[in-house]
Amino acid sequence: MKLVAVTSCPTGIAHTYMAAEALEQAGKAAGHEVHVETQGAAGSTPLDPALVASADGVIYAADLEVKDKQRFAGKPFVDVGVKKAVHDAPGVIAAAVSAVESAPAAGTPAPTAAPVAAPAADRGAGAGTKVRQWLMTGVSYLIPFVAAGGILIAVSFMLAQIAWGGAEGAIEVTGVDAAEVVASFDPASLQDWAVVLLATGQAAFGFLVPVLSGFIAYGIADRPGLVPGFVGGATAVLVGAGFLGGLVTGFLAGFLALWISRWDVPKGVRGIMPVVVVPLLSSLVVGVVMLVLLGRPIAAAMEGLTSWLNGLSGANLVLMGALLGAMMGFDLGGPVNKVAYTFAVTGLATEGLAPGAVQYQVMAAVMAAGMVTPLALALATTVRKRLFTHAEQENGKAAWLLGASFISEGAIPFAAADPWRIIVSSLVGSSVTGALVMAVGSSLVAPHGGVWVLPLIGNPLGFAAAVLAGVAVSAVLVVVLKTMKHDPLVAADRAADDRDLVAA
Amino acid sequence: MTTSAATPLITPELVAVDLDAADRVGVTRALVDLLAAAGRVTDADGFAADVATREAQMATGMPGGVGLPHARSEHVTAPSLAVGKLAQGVDWGAPDGPARLVFLIAAPASGDADHLQILAALARRLVHESFRTSLLEAPDAQTVADIVTREVVPS
Repeated sequence: MKLVAVTSCPTGIAHTYMAAEALEQAGKAAGHEVHVETQGAAGSTPLDPALVASADGVIYAADLEVKDKQRFAGKPFVDVGVKKAVHDAPGVIAAAVSAVESAPAAGTPAPTAAPVAAPAADRGAGAGTKVRQWLMTGVSYLIPFVAAGGILIAVSFMLAQIAWGGAEGAIEVTGVDAAEVVASFDPASLQDWAVVLLATGQAAFGFLVPVLSGFIAYGIADRPGLVPGFVGGATAVLVGAGFLGGLVTGFLAGFLALWISRWDVPKGVRGIMPVVVVPLLSSLVVGVVMLVLLGRPIAAAMEGLTSWLNGLSGANLVLMGALLGAMMGFDLGGPVNKVAYTFAVTGLATEGLAPGAVQYQVMAAVMAAGMVTPLALALATTVRKRLFTHAEQENGKAAWLLGASFISEGAIPFAAADPWRIIVSSLVGSSVTGALVMAVGSSLVAPHGGVWVLPLIGNPLGFAAAVLAGVAVSAVLVVVLKTMKHDPLVAADRAADDRDLVAA
Repeated sequence: MTTSAATPLITPELVAVDLDAADRVGVTRALVDLLAAAGRVTDADGFAADVATREAQMATGMPGGVGLPHARSEHVTAPSLAVGKLAQGVDWGAPDGPARLVFLIAAPASGDADHLQILAALARRLVHESFRTSLLEAPDAQTVADIVTREVVPS
């Protein structure tokens, strides 16, 4: 195994070099190649970038800020402080080795037994694992936003049902102007509280795509990636590109920032690179790409989809339900989802609809389908814990409430971490639900609210059965697809679990 | 390397064999006095205080019974190393036991890179047990100075 290390200490005379020597010796003794960059008083010679690129892992034995840390971004690492490296270098090496092994465990079930096994295959798995790690960096920061925002919104719906005293509280609360309520806030008014909770939850949801994009870029490029990542995510929101747009901007921003920060620039410019040049140029490029290059096609596609949907009226209702369901499940709040949802909500506004009109059925199909994916993932994380990372398991708990409240965003962390498996499962399950709602002729006169607007649903039993059927289909698909593919990050979490079990 | 040839990092006068002191402060003081006597430290009290400040940040006891007090100080005229072989071990804050060998590194505040490289090389050598053993077994000050010079200073 090839490791690179950075050592430093306050004076830069003794520990820096003792740690370096100790790590090199301990590495040699354990059969690993260790290259150390001593960031000490005698000046430091940066590690050869090729060496860094080919290293399996990084050891930070540094008491000072590591210089140019972004060189090592994305690699498995241990951060131990210089003293630990001086006194227990073999332990540090062992920790680094196990960090590396638990990261790209793919294809090497017994790494200690076969340290020289097929480097070519490892490289391939390495790239895939890296992409997964970057995605998971974004997702791990995204999850608390989803949980906090989603639960606030769900609780707001609950409160609203009580506060407005009728069946339509969850509808009323979204019609209120939050700014007005805040201006004349009445602590005794349950309605005002519901409005405030909703506004807070929606504020949290406003960050979903920027946080996802920003921290994917952070995973790739370290700090220089943050600004273009966040800005790119915000532009994705602006053009309605949803979380898939956020994935695009995250990767684009990360690689741009990484590339620009590696430019060989004159000394005078170097100082302002991280503060001005890198964020300015990378944000500009990401913003232009999203707004100018992708914004128009996305808008045009949404328009095309909408007019196509409008042209379908009179078509087979069950097929239409399946189609709308699939659209809801495809990008969970992204442009395609929005087209289907807007189509349904626009239908509600038609004058003089009879109870049970097609427009109401369409609304029911769309809402039911939008509830499927978060619920299916909540179910899947409950019955097959071992297929998900710890973070995903936690998110699965919140997803019960979010799915029940028709907050499709509850599924975004799963979908962003593992796009195609989740999207395929989501698409099929939501589509089944959409078709079934149409088949049983369930209807809905409210544009949202999930289980909180149950009284407004025509044939609620049929509605519930349709949702459950889709959830079951979707959950089974997720489990099957995830079982088929070995996931190194999940494997790492499992290994940690097993260690905990042994320790306990 | 003309400067280091002019004032070698270590001479026999800077080595104390069978140094007998009760604690870290005592050992450090004895070594500081050697440096001051050789004219390498202008203000013994000032330099001792600088070393103590550094020591307070993080104890410099190293694995293998080594104490490595050090400071970059304006009171130092030439990069120097004073070595003490202790009659009895003194706790230097290392987890694996008391120190038998103490190296006091004195670096000028404006030390140039060449000198600092030598000190870096010393720190690296100290990790090796064979180096420590050869110093512990050295019979007199001259041998200690020779070993350090041979192993650490580039010729």
